[in-house]
Amino acid sequence: MEIDPFIFRLSIFILSIFIGYYVVWSVTPSLHTPLMSVTNAISSVIIVGAIIAGLSGNSSSIFNISSLFGFLAISLAAINIFGGFLVTQRMLAMYKKKKKDK
Amino acid sequence: MISANLSAIFYLISGILFILALRGLSSPETSRQGNLFGILGMTIAITVTFLSIGNFSSGFVVVLIFLLIGGLIGAFIAYKIPMTAMPELVAGFHSLVGLAAVFVAISAFLNPEAFNLGSPGKIKLGSLIEMSIGAAVGAITFSGSIIAFLKLQGIMSGSPITFRGQHALNAIILTLIIVITYMLCSTQSPNLFWILLAISFLIGFLLIIPIGGADMPVVISMLNSYSGWAAAGIGFTLENTALIITGALVGSSGAILSYIMCKGMNRSFFNVIMGGFGATDQSNLSQSKEQRPVKSGNADDAAFLMKNASSVIIVPGYGMAVAQAQHALREMVDTLKKNDIKVSYAIHPVAGRMPGHMNVLLAEANVPYDEVFELEEINNDFANADVAFVIGANDVTNPVAKTDPQSPIYGMPVLDVEKCKSVLFVKRSLSPGYAGIDNDLFYKENTLMLFSDAKKMTEDITKNL
Repeated sequence: MEIDPFIFRLSIFILSIFIGYYVVWSVTPSLHTPLMSVTNAISSVIIVGAIIAGLSGNSSSIFNISSLFGFLAISLAAINIFGGFLVTQRMLAMYKKKKKDK
Repeated sequence: MISANLSAIFYLISGILFILALRGLSSPETSRQGNLFGILGMTIAITVTFLSIGNFSSGFVVVLIFLLIGGLIGAFIAYKIPMTAMPELVAGFHSLVGLAAVFVAISAFLNPEAFNLGSPGKIKLGSLIEMSIGAAVGAITFSGSIIAFLKLQGIMSGSPITFRGQHALNAIILTLIIVITYMLCSTQSPNLFWILLAISFLIGFLLIIPIGGADMPVVISMLNSYSGWAAAGIGFTLENTALIITGALVGSSGAILSYIMCKGMNRSFFNVIMGGFGATDQSNLSQSKEQRPVKSGNADDAAFLMKNASSVIIVPGYGMAVAQAQHALREMVDTLKKNDIKVSYAIHPVAGRMPGHMNVLLAEANVPYDEVFELEEINNDFANADVAFVIGANDVTNPVAKTDPQSPIYGMPVLDVEKCKSVLFVKRSLSPGYAGIDNDLFYKENTLMLFSDAKKMTEDITKNL
């Protein structure tokens, strides 16, 4: 009997939860805010689904109701991706070590 | 156009890059590189999606336009947002992830052929279940985050909104969501899909309104977690590894942060979710406490105490952010350091409105991160320090949490500020903190209250040093 591909995806999912568990516990508490903004940015990889949805129309009509939702989702996710990564970058750039010569 | 297998490999690579992005955050030195990994992972995922569809016609241009619009808005916000507003920003971003998940689910429901999920009315059962879960969790994330955003922004009052039968109503709606999901899967009726979305929006709203302002760190981490699970649900629908991995990472990350925040307040997760904290406790505090003597001083006294100290510990809290006093504080500390006084900062896990909020604000004010310590690292040092300077924090310094089993905050880990030789407590009045309880520290022999705006007081002290 063949294994349903769903089981493989479920395995990836559960193993990733474990990876997330150990990786996030090792994040230093002082970087918890950047952690939240960067997880925000990466969860917007949902844009992948939005792009597929946006391109679902045929060549005669790009805009059907389904692709419109896709286009809107692309914009929402893009706000998050750019906003999330850039604000994380901005925050991380501020974390500086003590200057020894002072 | 690239093959499905090849694109699956690329999605896996971008998932791994996201793991490395989080791994980088284990220390500030590696964190910037980690963020670049994240950006690279995202670029790979988007590029591969375009290549695997292979449709570079007019639709492609429209996609790019929408991507650009969103990107510009996002970049603009990222550069403009003040660091004090990070909690609102993150809540707002969560709502967008939630809504995007809902939109993708709607699109997949209306046009399943585009996603290889069957045809309308005959969507594969597994996909339909995954889609419904993704859509429902996405909708809850969206409306919940909107409420969190409004509360944090101050548009909506931070006090809990409770009414009779609230928990019963929530329980009914949650049951209804499960029932409707079941019916949707057996009938494939579009109407049920819309109803499912509507009640999910409603429950997200209802779940967050009873939770008070002080519990926002938990709420915001919890919504972070939800946005991850929503993404994972959609990932299963689309059979996309990058989304599944990312959803799991974000989901567990948010869950861990919620746990840390709950532990910082010594409250169970369930207790926070049920809400109402901060509203119920106010009744019993007014009658029990009589007026007690308080020592108050001015900037001159404070400057004198600090000048004669050899070590000072700063305890910042949300009030510092509200007063925008972090830069003034940093100037004061610079002056202290010139006088060879050792200064460190003590941060409580729930200081501020989101995890790690204080650390970002101090970093913005150019405070080196190796002078900033977490509760466990620094708590023993208070006994050896000369002065503790409490600015904008309150409940997290309350010794009652260690002494009075009757107190609502009993058992909460607190900073042992009272062990310092002297305590300077900057506060506008004697009013209780968010937990609605009096702070015993105000009345201690070695406490000097500095009644003023945090920023003004800090500047005055600097002048007097």
